[in-house]
Amino acid sequence: MTALRHLMRDPVAAFGLLLVLFALFVAAFAPWLAPFPDDAFESNIMQRLRPPSREFLFGTDNLGRDIFSRVILGTRSALLVAVSVVLAAMMIGVPIGLLAGWRDGWVSEGLMRFTDVFLAVPQLILALALGQLLAPGIFTAMVALALTYWPFFARTVFAETRRLRGALFVDALAGIGAHPARILFLHVLPNAAPAVLVRATIGMGFTILTAAILGFLGVGATPPTPDWGLAVAEARQHLPDAWWFATFPGLAILFLVLGFNLLGDGLRDAADPRLRRSRH
Amino acid sequence: MLRYIARRIALALPALFGLVVLTFILSRVIPGDPAATLAGDSATPAQLADIRARYGLDRPIMEQAWVHMRQVLSGDLGNSIFSGRPVAEDIARRLPATLELTFVALLIATCLGIPLGLVAALNHNGPIDHLVRVLSVGGLAVASFWLAIMLQLQFSMEWDVLPLRGRMDVPLGMPARVTGFLLIDTLLAGRGDMFVDALRHLVLPGVTLALPGLATIARFTRSGVLEALQKDYVLYARAAGYGRFRLATIFVLRNAITVTVTQIGLLFGALISGAVAIEAVFDWPGLGTYAVQAILSADYKALLAVTLVVGVIYAVVNVLVDIAQAMIDPRVALQ
Repeated sequence: MTALRHLMRDPVAAFGLLLVLFALFVAAFAPWLAPFPDDAFESNIMQRLRPPSREFLFGTDNLGRDIFSRVILGTRSALLVAVSVVLAAMMIGVPIGLLAGWRDGWVSEGLMRFTDVFLAVPQLILALALGQLLAPGIFTAMVALALTYWPFFARTVFAETRRLRGALFVDALAGIGAHPARILFLHVLPNAAPAVLVRATIGMGFTILTAAILGFLGVGATPPTPDWGLAVAEARQHLPDAWWFATFPGLAILFLVLGFNLLGDGLRDAADPRLRRSRH
Repeated sequence: MLRYIARRIALALPALFGLVVLTFILSRVIPGDPAATLAGDSATPAQLADIRARYGLDRPIMEQAWVHMRQVLSGDLGNSIFSGRPVAEDIARRLPATLELTFVALLIATCLGIPLGLVAALNHNGPIDHLVRVLSVGGLAVASFWLAIMLQLQFSMEWDVLPLRGRMDVPLGMPARVTGFLLIDTLLAGRGDMFVDALRHLVLPGVTLALPGLATIARFTRSGVLEALQKDYVLYARAAGYGRFRLATIFVLRNAITVTVTQIGLLFGALISGAVAIEAVFDWPGLGTYAVQAILSADYKALLAVTLVVGVIYAVVNVLVDIAQAMIDPRVALQ
């Protein structure tokens, strides 16, 4: 609770939280908020590439679809992709980090070297390679992103577990005969939760950005899905005339990622008392 | 120090070994039957068997892994399925373009990021500090491909002051290839006009690629300086009457810079993969466009080779960064 209060006192972080909450609201009610919800799949060639107007706030795209509606509808898929990827990465990375942090010797060493291999490959390139090999599409992109993001959770949880392993309460639990799994999942993990939460928040921003790049390069979402990265790619052929086509989906990416990054920053400061001094 | 360097290199070897194994697994397990991929849809069983024999795909998997390892170590990355040329040659031809772009971006990021971070820390909680903070968070939130297109739209299409794509204007031709770095090759050829042209082509992609790096460097410099300002030696120097500027540059920055150096090194790897999307936007003939072409033509050999090469560059740079850090701060080697 002190952490939350601290977060609200930091105006920049509070702004980030506001952006994220706004995006969640938009995503939840997307079909009702979008003025033309059918434009997710329908095209209206007669009104293609219209500039922004009162009817079409962000203009229309090459198939005459309302860009404002498609940006709203795209929020849902962007968040859905990011949440699934981060959760999947967590489910791989957290147990590995816990085990490697708890045990000594070759188990720990082996797991962390294994993690290092995945960290040694630049994520975007590995995601591209995987995306191509498993037949391109949004699901493959998600698998690839999860497979490249879990090492960050493993690293974070490893460091936290190592720190907590020597704590008095862990000794006490071991002393009364608690099973290691019980200690790890019921006692160590909750104490590592703030660090995991910070990592997850930053991971949300990162995933949205990388998923957009994959969509832009043609190995992510496929048409006619309302996807922001894909929209920017389609817009390229209609520049410089239809500037609105490329501009608004990119702005949507910017604000959503900004929200998660600001929130993650604020959470990190709130979760780590040592850093609190430096900001205020 | 030598022992530290040796240990650091030894620590990198398992990761490199793992990388080779990983690319092998990706190439053999994931596409299902690589022979079918190579032969195409209309291959007869006899053709498939022929291809299996020719590429050694009928051998036990461990033997294939061993052969793969030996080939990679000898620099043989196989032939491109699409063009039939050796992938290693294609990559060697395109790598300098990507490296030149990355170096320029890193230079921009460092030359602007360190002063910005320093000034922000010295004006802690002042307007410049807030501006730098917004910039450093915003810079990491922008989709690079989108920023690249926006810059193209404004500077190349609207105002027509900077070139839209490529490394050089076609009518000018190309300088004799010595290093593959156009900024160096044009100077070696004694062509000032070509140098300026190459530089002009580097501005937009360089700035786009630099922005996330700039954000990171400014941020780490800022927090490093803020921390160093609390130290006793700063208090001493202040008491001894050093002015703000000399205090900041001579005492504080040198102590605050170690973390930034690590970040600059790590950024190098991040920028090389970040270059993929930017190269695609600017038609930059580097590794990124090669990777994208490989995707479009389902050339998994080329794609895995790019993964491997970038992974190796990444690992080498990380080792160099650790060594550089130990040289700046000898305590690192002693821990």
